[in-house]
Amino acid sequence: MLLLNKDQITSWLNKLIPAYQVFAPVKEGDYFCFQQIRSGEQAVLNYTNSRIPPKEILFPRSEKLFCYRCETGGVQLTEQVDESKKVVVGVRPCDAKSFLLLDKVFNGDQYVDPYYLTRRNNTVLVGLGCNQPAATCFCTSLSGGPFSAEGLDLLFVDIGDQYLVEVVTERGKELLSGMELPVAGQEAQEAARAVKESAVCSTLVDLGGLKYRLDVNFDDPIWALLAEKCLGCAACTYTCPTCHCFDIVDEAAGKEGCRIRNWDACMFPLFTLHGSGHNPRPTGKERFRQRIMHKFKYFVDNYGTIACVGCGRCILSCPVNLDIRQVIEQISQAGGDQQ
Amino acid sequence: MRELTGAIQETAERLLRDKEVELVVGFAAGSLPLRNTPCFIRRPHEAQNLVWGYGCENNLAVFLRRRPEKLAVVAKGCDSRSIVELIKENQINREKLVIIGVPCRGMIDRRKVNRLLAGKELLEAEVNDGQVRLKGRDFQETVLLEQLLHDSCLTCPHPNPVLYDILLGEPVPAKGADSRSKAGEVDWEAKAPAEKRAYLFAELSRCIRCYACRQACPMCFCEECFADCSVPEWLSRSSLNVQDNVFFQAVRVIHLAGRCVDCGACDRACPMGINLHVLTSKMTKDVQEVFGYTAGVSLEEKPPLAAPISLT
Ligand code: SF4
Ligand code: SF4
Ligand code: SF4
Ligand code: SF4
Repeated sequence: MLLLNKDQITSWLNKLIPAYQVFAPVKEGDYFCFQQIRSGEQAVLNYTNSRIPPKEILFPRSEKLFCYRCETGGVQLTEQVDESKKVVVGVRPCDAKSFLLLDKVFNGDQYVDPYYLTRRNNTVLVGLGCNQPAATCFCTSLSGGPFSAEGLDLLFVDIGDQYLVEVVTERGKELLSGMELPVAGQEAQEAARAVKESAVCSTLVDLGGLKYRLDVNFDDPIWALLAEKCLGCAACTYTCPTCHCFDIVDEAAGKEGCRIRNWDACMFPLFTLHGSGHNPRPTGKERFRQRIMHKFKYFVDNYGTIACVGCGRCILSCPVNLDIRQVIEQISQAGGDQQ
Repeated sequence: MRELTGAIQETAERLLRDKEVELVVGFAAGSLPLRNTPCFIRRPHEAQNLVWGYGCENNLAVFLRRRPEKLAVVAKGCDSRSIVELIKENQINREKLVIIGVPCRGMIDRRKVNRLLAGKELLEAEVNDGQVRLKGRDFQETVLLEQLLHDSCLTCPHPNPVLYDILLGEPVPAKGADSRSKAGEVDWEAKAPAEKRAYLFAELSRCIRCYACRQACPMCFCEECFADCSVPEWLSRSSLNVQDNVFFQAVRVIHLAGRCVDCGACDRACPMGINLHVLTSKMTKDVQEVFGYTAGVSLEEKPPLAAPISLT
């Protein structure tokens, strides 16, 4: 464990900027977001969390997969794999965990996504522990925690004027080379321990009975009731660090164009509309059920883990205050003594 | 507020018990401070979940289109104006709807609260006598309610329901309509065209195309939104295309001309805090000036596009 003075952050980031694309939280309008910074001063590390998760750095809202041009004698293709080296600074532990979940989808047994994976392999994640989890945070209910280092390369613990730096991987260590940081002494370690102890997630969500219910409640009338106030937008899924659905379109003009991948959301009617006009998820009920089932049942069936990290973003973004914590509770309770 | 909550509960309970309606759409307590949430009540005893507060920010008319059952709705000024337009557009059957009108004192803008608290987290709030007490982990502040209300509420010319079957509570005084085109700090009309463009591009550079604005609007109900249409593809699907984000809002707002009641529901729904009110307030003002039409205030007056053009 090393020590980094807060006033060294700017110079450290400035040192990284020529070698990497450096992403850090910056304020945009009323909210924070991760943006590529050109100078270390732009990074704001005393923030709660970003509105859009850092997943958009590895899995952008919109990205070109390849471009094409029709020429006499054939078509010329140019692939658009992003091979730049990146560092993301200020990643919260819940978001770090979300990358491990996205890995399962984009780097699975049956399918390997070169666009995501190339970025992923070239990206170093510098985490920032949460001294004061928000009231909407429930990472501890999902086997995470405000100082979990899972998925990170470095973890910073804010102990006042300094960060205690936990070196998690070799890649993380490399980022600090040349900094000659002192090893954290007894006092700093003590301070970090105190900070960690006082950081409690006040929200606990009981997920114990949920999967059993979801295994059997596909046709339960509860779905219509739960979905009733849902507007069918994508505020929840686009701000979720684990949602990963996309749509592929061609944007072309004349003889050239690009194939583009955009985020898509299971809450939109168009998401499952077939060319025939048939829609297997015709109403909000089926679409809302899909969102919950995918996170808490299908992902568990497929990958052995829940696709929610408890970041609370969907709670803050939903325009009708449809709170996922209450949804989980209501589904679990509807089970009654049948379990 | 407490009296209104009681009156709403009683009314809803009675309507359901007497089987006058099958469903009451209103607001319940929300899961966040200063937040209420839409709720659907079907059994008389559940009417006790209904509340009235400063977080009843959604326009409930969005839930009333083409419903099969007989139902009641708790409607503040703007909800009632949207209901009027929806009746005129044959989306609501007046015979099947009981409107429980509630005069509105304005709703609290949680974005203003967050700006005021500058990063400190709000954990509890209480509104009393025009004062809001905000509480967090290690702070407590009292602020004037007026400072925290939505811009659209501060200038709302029709806070009292324009159409209702039952009116609960005392009517409230209407605000002046003169500041309508000023969406809060942004004086839109004073801006030069290039500044307007720059402002919209800066705002909509944050747009993620989640379409919460469209989904929250009672008047956005096209079977196929032009933004979703793929043949032809009117605009790029990519939210990184800021020009098309602006184009989306421009067309959306024009499609709503003469129909939008400037309730601000779209603006409040936006998870990115994009100022959409600047567009809807200017558009409604233009419709008033050019066509002499105010959406939602009268069941009889024909909408500008349906009315015969006067050539005098
Ligand atoms: S479902 Fe909600 S709380 Fe869970 S990871 Fe996604 S945004 Fe966060
Ligand atoms: S953000 Fe809320 S209203 Fe929008 S789709 Fe999600 S749950 Fe429904
Ligand atoms: S466009 Fe916005 S302000 Fe106008 S009626 Fe729709 S939601 Fe309300
Ligand atoms: S709600 Fe906001 S972010 Fe979503 S599409 Fe509308 S303007 Fe864009």
